[in-house]
Amino acid sequence: MEFFRIQKDIPFMRHALKFNIISLVTFLLAVVFLFSKGLHLSVEFTGGTLIEVNYEQSADLEKIRGSLGKAGFSDYSVQNFGSSQDVMIRLPLKGDQNTNQLGESVIKALAADAPGASLRRVEFVGPQVGKELAENGAMALLLVIIGIMIYLAFRFEWRFSVSAIIANLHDVIIILGFFAFFQWEFSLSVLAAVLAVLGYSVNESVVVFDRVRETFKRVRGLTTPQVLDHAITSTISRTIITHGSTQMMVLAMLIFGGETLYYFSLALTIGILFGIYSSVLVASPLVMWLGVSREQFIKPKKVVEGANEDGAVV
Amino acid sequence: MSRLLLLKATMNRYPLWKYIIIAVALVLGFVYTLPNFFGESPAVQVSSAKATIKVDDKAKARAEEALIAAAIVHDGIQLDTVGIKARFKDTDTQLKAKDILEKTFNPNSAEPQYVVALNLLAASPTWLTSLHALPMYLGLDLRGGVHFLLQVDMKGALTKRLDSTSADLRTAMRDKNLRHGGVGREGERIVVRFRDVETRDKARNIIADTQPDLILADQGEGSDLKLVATLKPQAQLKIGEFALKQNITTLHNRINELGVAEPVIQQQGSDRIVVQLPGVQDTAKAKDILGRTATLEIRMVDDSPGALEAALAGNPPFGTEVYTERGGQPLLVKKQVVLTGDRLTDAQPGFDNQTNEAAVHLTLDSPGARIFKDVTRENVNKRMAILLIEKGKGEVVTAPVIRAEIGGGRVQISGRMTTTEANDTALLLRAGSLAAPMDIIEERTIGPSLGADNIKKGFQSTMWGFAAIAVFMIFYYRVFGVISVLALASNLLFLIALLSLLQATLTLPGIAAIALTLGMAIDANVLINERIREELRAGMPPQAAISEGYERAFGTILDSNITTLIAGLALLIFGSGPVRGFAVVHCLGIMTSIFSSVVVSRALVNLIYGRQKKLTSVNIGQVWKPGNAAVNVQK
Repeated sequence: MEFFRIQKDIPFMRHALKFNIISLVTFLLAVVFLFSKGLHLSVEFTGGTLIEVNYEQSADLEKIRGSLGKAGFSDYSVQNFGSSQDVMIRLPLKGDQNTNQLGESVIKALAADAPGASLRRVEFVGPQVGKELAENGAMALLLVIIGIMIYLAFRFEWRFSVSAIIANLHDVIIILGFFAFFQWEFSLSVLAAVLAVLGYSVNESVVVFDRVRETFKRVRGLTTPQVLDHAITSTISRTIITHGSTQMMVLAMLIFGGETLYYFSLALTIGILFGIYSSVLVASPLVMWLGVSREQFIKPKKVVEGANEDGAVV
Repeated sequence: MSRLLLLKATMNRYPLWKYIIIAVALVLGFVYTLPNFFGESPAVQVSSAKATIKVDDKAKARAEEALIAAAIVHDGIQLDTVGIKARFKDTDTQLKAKDILEKTFNPNSAEPQYVVALNLLAASPTWLTSLHALPMYLGLDLRGGVHFLLQVDMKGALTKRLDSTSADLRTAMRDKNLRHGGVGREGERIVVRFRDVETRDKARNIIADTQPDLILADQGEGSDLKLVATLKPQAQLKIGEFALKQNITTLHNRINELGVAEPVIQQQGSDRIVVQLPGVQDTAKAKDILGRTATLEIRMVDDSPGALEAALAGNPPFGTEVYTERGGQPLLVKKQVVLTGDRLTDAQPGFDNQTNEAAVHLTLDSPGARIFKDVTRENVNKRMAILLIEKGKGEVVTAPVIRAEIGGGRVQISGRMTTTEANDTALLLRAGSLAAPMDIIEERTIGPSLGADNIKKGFQSTMWGFAAIAVFMIFYYRVFGVISVLALASNLLFLIALLSLLQATLTLPGIAAIALTLGMAIDANVLINERIREELRAGMPPQAAISEGYERAFGTILDSNITTLIAGLALLIFGSGPVRGFAVVHCLGIMTSIFSSVVVSRALVNLIYGRQKKLTSVNIGQVWKPGNAAVNVQK
């Protein structure tokens, strides 16, 4: 069985401009959402307290809200977490609150009106931690970008490294845009997923670029767009199968991983989809527009050997 | 061209040593993965609570005897660097055994010499354990427990040091009969006032001799002369480091009192401490013990008539503060600190010999004892206050009247205390007052049921994901699919073995990383298989196609894995908490996947196809060629 029976190279590059305009629009939309709506940052970043409670029966959220209000809490949010029996309570940071006893006092407050609650998890994050996490996240992002650019420039060419990074940052921004638009919770594990996607989809671009380099070296007489079309066409089946496999794994996490892994796998899903798109349809045209050509891959020695290094075909 | 292909055709064989390496790797992988399947059995652990007490063979024999005497059957007792560990068949026996051992080792519960704690031990056979083959070390989110991140207040440590230095300066100048106009701390400096230059010069010499950590500067003129002392930067740094170390030691002591089997107490960064208490359920108590950033101070009480009334009216006399006693009565206490908890070497709960009231017995070190002797001699029939300072708020533990000069450094505090209070106070004081106050800046409590749930969810995701990939790969690539799946399984084996061997902490994000790594590792095999198909499509003979396919794909595999590794390393460097747990597994997984997807799968291919000289076809699923499209349709 073979899914992809491609007779001729698909002329991806002919439509490059259209794809890039679509990309640009998506990208700009993502940026707009990021700025207008902002990310719904988790307690890890903002600081605050998070309490997960489990009830034997379905929990009555209204009642829980009521008893929290009666106990003197304010600005709390109460939501179901995964199932109707699990409840997540979020409390913002308060300057004078005694965080040491917060978990217990919440349980006490709940026990008064809605008995049967057992504490599953308490998470408290102070204000200084959150700021640091955000800074460290930004540093990690920067390090990944610089590291990958250096490596690609060294292994390929600066044009490749620049286009790969642009294409994949575009993925990252789009994932963030989704999280901003739907106001999904952006937690540390989502950050990990975003950075993993960055490494993963660069990997995708690398596979295409590898083919581009190989085609430039092996086949003469093709124009740059033709070379790119050929490289993409011959790797497209691998691209889809690989991403399909990874997606199966991510899907398993999405289904079975529970609430904790849900947004993590959601970020990965978006990342994988846009990763295919961007490495094929954004990175490659960028390479082309940056002026990649055969000469950049032929060593000077070979140039002397081959009389027609311009690619004239007999 | 044909000669070249012939050459390559013979290359689909591995030399024997390569097979041996792979076999050894697989066996090791299997052995180190094995302990994860045996699960854990309940155990009781006895370890030393004090540096002076060693847990040795004698203690082990004692534990065995005690268990036999109580007719409790154990599944083995072992002695290691941590202490004695005894396994039991169920949790009921474990709990009974804990009580027996507690009584045997700590006959006096007020003065525990040993930590007797519940624990879980790997139930793997001893030959595995002796190979250091242990199950993966599960993080708190998988096993339940408490995690704290504490921030040490370095500024507090400095202020404290300056306060005690000012006291030292006072003593030093008094010993030399130098008349000064007052010593006080102003922010981060100590200011000493003088009336004439001569005294100031003398004082400067004395201070420079006795306090090498201070930088001294002259200020003021006329009759208002000042000597301003600040701490040298190196000294500040040293104080910070010392404070952190002292706090870690203190936390160790306090946690020992809690009886936790495998506590983790580590420095993080320059001013933070991570505390992890696996399996602790009584988080309130844990936090209570840890969170008490109590420091002890002994100060004099200002009992001069009218002073307290004036203070309550809002203008306390210079150099005094109002505190509340345990009973609720206000008390006017001088700001000058006579002694701090640093001078305390021991504190034990007990009873007053005469009144039989609950009491706390304190032992001071020799400078402390000397100061205490001087102070008590000079202040007979006056009151002194013992204050516990918690988070900047002081509480008067007790304010006894000094009946006589107290020498020898042995002090008893009694009055208005219950036995429990005496115990608690002694514990707090004994555990050592913290060198610097600490705040909990991050806290995670994970219930045991949530931990078990997380393991189940992580395991299920990985299993179903793996199954889906396996089905697809075998369906699509046939024999090569089976080979790819076997390679992927070996990757999982290596990864788990490596995690077990390194005892790296496995968290839920770590399990996610295992799943993701597997999902990404299959990429290498897809690349190889697609490449082989492509070469076949181009008309290459099978042996050559296999060889070419592997060779061509390798460069790509390396490039793509290195870029992924760069991202993984960045996460490892800058990540903390869950991100770090993810990154560790991710990075390890990338490395094992290169080995398994390239070397292991190639070995399998070579085993199956490499020896067939006249290989006409390989089972890699259908290879569609543009030319024979029509034929396919007819079929």
